[in-house]
Amino acid sequence: MSAAPLITLSGLTKTYGQGDAAFQALKGIDLTIQKGEFVAIMGPSGSGKSTLMNVLGCLDTLTTGSYQYEGIAVEKLSTDQRSLLRRYALGFIFQGFNLLARTSSLENVELPLLYRGMSRKDRREKAVAALNSVGLTTKHNRTPGELSGGQQQRVAIARAIVTEPSTLFADEPTGNLDSVTTGDIMELLKRLNEDRGITVLMVTHDDHVATVAKRKVVIKDGLVESDITAPPP
Amino acid sequence: MIWNAFAIAVREISRNLTRAFLTVLGIFIGVAAIITMVTLGQGATLAVKAQISSLGSNLLTLRPGAGFGSRSSSAGVSNFTEKDAEILGEQIAGIAAIAPVRTAGLSTIYRSNARISTITGSTPVYFQINKWNIADGRFFTAADVRAGSAVCVIGNTVRVELFGTENPVGASIRIGCASCEVIGLLATKGQAGMGDQDDTIIMPLSSLQRRLIGKTSEHSINQISISAEEGTESLGLISDITEVMRIRRNLHSNQDNDFNIFDTRQIAETLGSTTQLMTMLLAAVAGVSLLVGGIGIMNIMLVSVTERTREIGIRLAIGATAGEVLLQFLIEAVTLSCIGGLLGILLAFALCYSLAQVIQVPFNFNTQINLISFMFSAAVGVLFGYTPARRAARLNPIDALRHE
Ligand SMILES: Nc1ncnc2c1ncn2[C@@H]1O[C@H](COP(=O)(O)OP(=O)(O)OP(=O)(O)O)[C@@H](O)[C@H]1O
Ligand SMILES: [Mg+2]
Repeated sequence: MSAAPLITLSGLTKTYGQGDAAFQALKGIDLTIQKGEFVAIMGPSGSGKSTLMNVLGCLDTLTTGSYQYEGIAVEKLSTDQRSLLRRYALGFIFQGFNLLARTSSLENVELPLLYRGMSRKDRREKAVAALNSVGLTTKHNRTPGELSGGQQQRVAIARAIVTEPSTLFADEPTGNLDSVTTGDIMELLKRLNEDRGITVLMVTHDDHVATVAKRKVVIKDGLVESDITAPPP
Repeated sequence: MIWNAFAIAVREISRNLTRAFLTVLGIFIGVAAIITMVTLGQGATLAVKAQISSLGSNLLTLRPGAGFGSRSSSAGVSNFTEKDAEILGEQIAGIAAIAPVRTAGLSTIYRSNARISTITGSTPVYFQINKWNIADGRFFTAADVRAGSAVCVIGNTVRVELFGTENPVGASIRIGCASCEVIGLLATKGQAGMGDQDDTIIMPLSSLQRRLIGKTSEHSINQISISAEEGTESLGLISDITEVMRIRRNLHSNQDNDFNIFDTRQIAETLGSTTQLMTMLLAAVAGVSLLVGGIGIMNIMLVSVTERTREIGIRLAIGATAGEVLLQFLIEAVTLSCIGGLLGILLAFALCYSLAQVIQVPFNFNTQINLISFMFSAAVGVLFGYTPARRAARLNPIDALRHE
């Protein structure tokens, strides 16, 4: 592992609110992630996993410390530069889906490609392929309101991978799925990681799911409690 | 990027048609109301002005009696004499023309058609003072007056009621108990506001007096029509006339005038400014309706602000820049308010066009008010549609997503 790391965090803290109401959700995280890794992030509820993912995914700003992505100091980027980083390099699967209401699955998945300025035809092709790859081969024209929780989850996953990001952040991507579908999705993430070299950071509560990852980082009370890399098989 | 944002904006509008409809409706009603009211108001002002100027712009009318608003009755007040008119014309500078007038309401009959008409007896100068034009045939002349010929000219309303489609010129009608030849048809003046001016029969004063009513005394003139010279101050003229008339009617200094002078220019100015005031009032009312429309839009925007903030959060999260999102919202707001504005202009046009005919005012397309209200509607749409988006687009994506 001599290459420059993809992500370097040092002394990262995140405080919500101000004054008396202030709450420090992350209390100084040091973490290095290499390109092509598959990392499972675990820990009890309320420990700060989602907070960490949001900061890493450039959806939220950090309070103190530093975050380097491919050698770029993210905390020094402007709002627009962070938008562009998200557009071209990052994919995010939310704990709560966050799909556009009244918008078909297909259009939801096409949306990130639209901002990349891709032609209509290419968009459609890629979106259909992404939906098929998450196992949603029908109901492409249904809106989120007309889909089950698991189906919405798959649309959200398809939207995150359709751009083939270099890093995929997944906040409990299988939280709403049955064990068979969970297996399918984990297989998909594993393939994306192994075949396309996409770095995956995934939050999960499920130890079984976490076994797909070679590395397991446990967060507790806003700090890294353990960081174990499984020995190569 | 603009085209992209436009495509997104149009798609977003089509996704929530109820919201789009309500937004458009607010602007639509406001714009239609303000344009209709102002256009019709101005039409009415124009109609009144045209009406007044068809009366003759510098026209003074002298009548016996103390006039409008006076408590003393005009009963028993003596009429004027032809000599009064003559003397006024000779003694007062600034009078362009003066005509003694006698009016009487008499039955008029042509074949099987009969009606009561107002018959005016005067001199040829009367036509000039009152700005009458001839449509067919001729006016009567000074010779007709001298000879007391049994001739008359009729207004269009009389023609329609007595003759229908027949040509009246050359025909003989019965007025009271005498027969009279129609020698001319007057060009029509219209009737908005001041009563039907075309309902008139005009004949030589001498003929009216001798043949129809029988002249019983010198005091047989119940009106004197005067037109002032261009540029004459009408107040000065009125006081000159008053002075001469008081002497001729032997009024002591402690007696009130037993005659009154009606000044069309003064009336024209009053009516003109009244209708203008009405137009402004209507415009204010319509402006309020545009404002209410704007508040309606604001409500719709506020109701949907949570959903839209989340939408903005999602767009930002998947890589849109704040600028792109704002452009989309701006285009959405402008598109909706322009559609509302254009529809409003169309409805206003249709309304003005048809209402103008119903209430008989001229219809003229007022570019200015159309432009102003269109701009205003666009501004309202942008203000209420765009401002909430601006706040949301400044947030961190995650804060926009969490908005509740
Ligand atoms: N916007 C916020 N304002 C204030 N406190 C917050 C905010 N978001 C999260 N927190 C707090 O920060 C802590 C960490 O929250 P976070 O969502 O990161 O937990 P988590 O590890 O993802 O939990 P879960 O497994 O339940 O998703 C929690 O105690 C939470 O109450
Ligand atoms: Mg969480």
